[in-house]
Amino acid sequence: MTSEHVQPEDLQWQCAKCERKLVVGPINVGYMGNRFTVELPHCPGCGRVLISEQVALGKMAQVEQMLENK
Amino acid sequence: MDQKGLRELEYRCIQEEPPWCTAACPIHVDVRTFVGHMGHERWADAWKVLRKHMPLPAILGRICDAPCESRCKRGEAGDAIRIGALERTCVQTEPPALRILPMPSNGKRVAVAGSGLSSLTAAWDLARKGYAVTVFEARQQPGAGLRRFHPHQLPSEIIEEEIDKLSSLGITFELGCDPDSEEIASRILDSFNAIYLGLDTVSGRVWNVERDDQGAICVDAKSQATRRTGLFAGGQTNSPVWQTAQGRWAAISIDRYLQGVSLTAGRDKEGPFETRLFISLKDVAPLPAVPLPEGQGAYPPADARDEARRCLQCECLECVKVCAYLEKFGAYPKKYAREIYNNLSIVIGEHPANRLINSCSLCGLCEQVCPNDFAMQDLCLEARRTMVKNGKMPPAAHEFALLDMAFSLSNRFAMARHQPGCETSEYAFFPGCQLCASAPGQVTEVYAHLRATLAGGVGLMLGCCGAPAHWAGSQAQCDGHTADFTTQWESLGKPQMILACASCLRLFKEHLPMIPAVSLWSVLDMHPPQVKASENSRTVAVHDPCTTRHEAELQACVRRLLDKAGVAVQELALGQEETECCGFGGLMQNANSDLAHEVAQRRAGRDPVDYIAYCAMCRDNLVATGKRILHLLDLYFPDPQHTDPALRPRPGWTQRQQNRAWLKSKLLKNLWNEVPPEMESHQNIKLEISRQVAERMDRRRILEEDLQRVIQHAEASGERLFHPASGHYKAAYAPHKVTFWVEYSPTGDGYVVHNAYAHRMEVYGP
Repeated sequence: MTSEHVQPEDLQWQCAKCERKLVVGPINVGYMGNRFTVELPHCPGCGRVLISEQVALGKMAQVEQMLENK
Repeated sequence: MDQKGLRELEYRCIQEEPPWCTAACPIHVDVRTFVGHMGHERWADAWKVLRKHMPLPAILGRICDAPCESRCKRGEAGDAIRIGALERTCVQTEPPALRILPMPSNGKRVAVAGSGLSSLTAAWDLARKGYAVTVFEARQQPGAGLRRFHPHQLPSEIIEEEIDKLSSLGITFELGCDPDSEEIASRILDSFNAIYLGLDTVSGRVWNVERDDQGAICVDAKSQATRRTGLFAGGQTNSPVWQTAQGRWAAISIDRYLQGVSLTAGRDKEGPFETRLFISLKDVAPLPAVPLPEGQGAYPPADARDEARRCLQCECLECVKVCAYLEKFGAYPKKYAREIYNNLSIVIGEHPANRLINSCSLCGLCEQVCPNDFAMQDLCLEARRTMVKNGKMPPAAHEFALLDMAFSLSNRFAMARHQPGCETSEYAFFPGCQLCASAPGQVTEVYAHLRATLAGGVGLMLGCCGAPAHWAGSQAQCDGHTADFTTQWESLGKPQMILACASCLRLFKEHLPMIPAVSLWSVLDMHPPQVKASENSRTVAVHDPCTTRHEAELQACVRRLLDKAGVAVQELALGQEETECCGFGGLMQNANSDLAHEVAQRRAGRDPVDYIAYCAMCRDNLVATGKRILHLLDLYFPDPQHTDPALRPRPGWTQRQQNRAWLKSKLLKNLWNEVPPEMESHQNIKLEISRQVAERMDRRRILEEDLQRVIQHAEASGERLFHPASGHYKAAYAPHKVTFWVEYSPTGDGYVVHNAYAHRMEVYGP
């Protein structure tokens, strides 16, 4: 996954706790014992990550299914 | 499953068995493919099929006596396909180019006596294997016998062309050399490694070889060996295709003889045999043969095409014809068995058959219609169990259903009580999880009826029978559950169980055989409630749940109850023992929701009349396709809230759990004067959800409760995102393995849900 999956509107969200705008950067994700680093929007303060609907139902779902069938 | 088990299973599926025509043909011409090409006017392709199986197609194709026709299945519905005439038609068209590659010589010499069809076949086959072949012919023309026997069918130039092909393979013709003369016979015996005597044109009188009582040379069938070592013979028949076959078998034997290997091993399938293929002629309308032009043996092209199109293209596919699942994966059980076996054998890497294994509804219709009882459901269930045992079951496949089962077994729904005012229970009513999820009001009425009708106390047990764990292949979970259930049943004094759900009944029979269980429908059949529904003069088609496939008596009870209610019953073409699944069985809906929807639609489309179901899940799944469908209880215990119960919408997943919880609370309060279980704190969070969002959540299998948990967590921890332009919040939380996201905004004393989605991947952060 690259930052191609990050939509401009994703960056209109901000962290409610830190009151900071989200930035795009490498995030660690994992599934079934596999770990990857993905460019995703997150809070530069607390690290809270936004998984958009498009990412959750698109690329992420695809990778989940692939790993489940491994 | 081991290799042996796989082979036994594969053997059961007969789809790959040859059709009757091929099995009847001594040289096994692929007639079905040949005729298929003819039906599409693909003459060159048809030619190639003949060439693949026939040594000299231009000759045999003109004179073949077509014993296949007598076994053609079309002959049982009209006239047999005129296969011989189609062969003649084909070989009269321009043959496609042929490249004959001579084999490198193996240094061995074979003599072929005579140049009849059997001899030419043996010569052709042996030359193609690299033998130096010499044909001895008494006359001055090779193929003289063929010219003599078939003067009209075989023009000279055709024979010459085929002889040229033999020559191009390096076959030598010694003409004017009579193999029935002492001189030639002794010359052959002196200088060749093996000999073939073509008895279609040679008498063999000078060959010193054992004969039978009638004076014919003793030749072993198939191996074509005579009693003299190295001497083989054949062609003692008037049938051209049998002459060809014997020449061919002799060539195989000569090759084996010269290589020093067994003449007979592995040759059982040579020659005509009985095929195990099955074809249903049920819907095949009889058709007469296309007549041949007066005095002709072949068709004009258009007539050949029409005649070929009468071919049934015999294959079995009985199971695939009635099962959207088997059809969807593009093959048939024999192939699936291999795919599943391979899938289970893979340790590291892709498991391409996971979806195939988990999509089966386990309904057993394939076994019912299979002439050989191939049970895809047994194969898939066994595979699921292996996958679960080896930790290879994809977590997403069944998790939602198993969580729903856990809900049904939790304090929110599960309970067991004696009838109010009773210390013992002769009976216990177990409505199952889905009827309570779909129509909890009817459950209370049925329970009241049972209490009023049956003596000795009718207890109540709410919960789940464990079918989801069974279908998911989770044996440990299933066994654990049946043990718990047994304890509960014993605590009620071992009552006779009355079950409203056919899946429960089946599960009880298989997993809890010591618990006496009857269907609610047989109890109602004996103690019918008063008919209350007003519009009962209608005709309905009965949809039997797939779990009643082998419950003929139960199906009969249902029909009696319909009759008592004044409803006229129409049987579906695929009904009773051949009934179809509604798309829920075997957790198909969890593993492959698109396919489950297709299955439900197909079932709903079988008949335009209203259906009636007696499984709540069947009813809900079919009504979700837009089909009008009643539940049997709608006739006896109509819900006054629904004036047209055939259109009562399927409750979504959230509603189903809420209905179960509501039922328990209501019964506890009204019948036992007990306080319902306390709600968990997140359940008090009020959500406002539009129909559109609710439907989306249902499709994505997200429960309102999942979102209540997310919001509770977000509001308590402050861990949420904010969208200044809309004022919406977004938050995520994973109460179990799935992470739920909700976009929401506060309103009054609750929250408006704008969107919800989920993923399983874990996010660890930067």
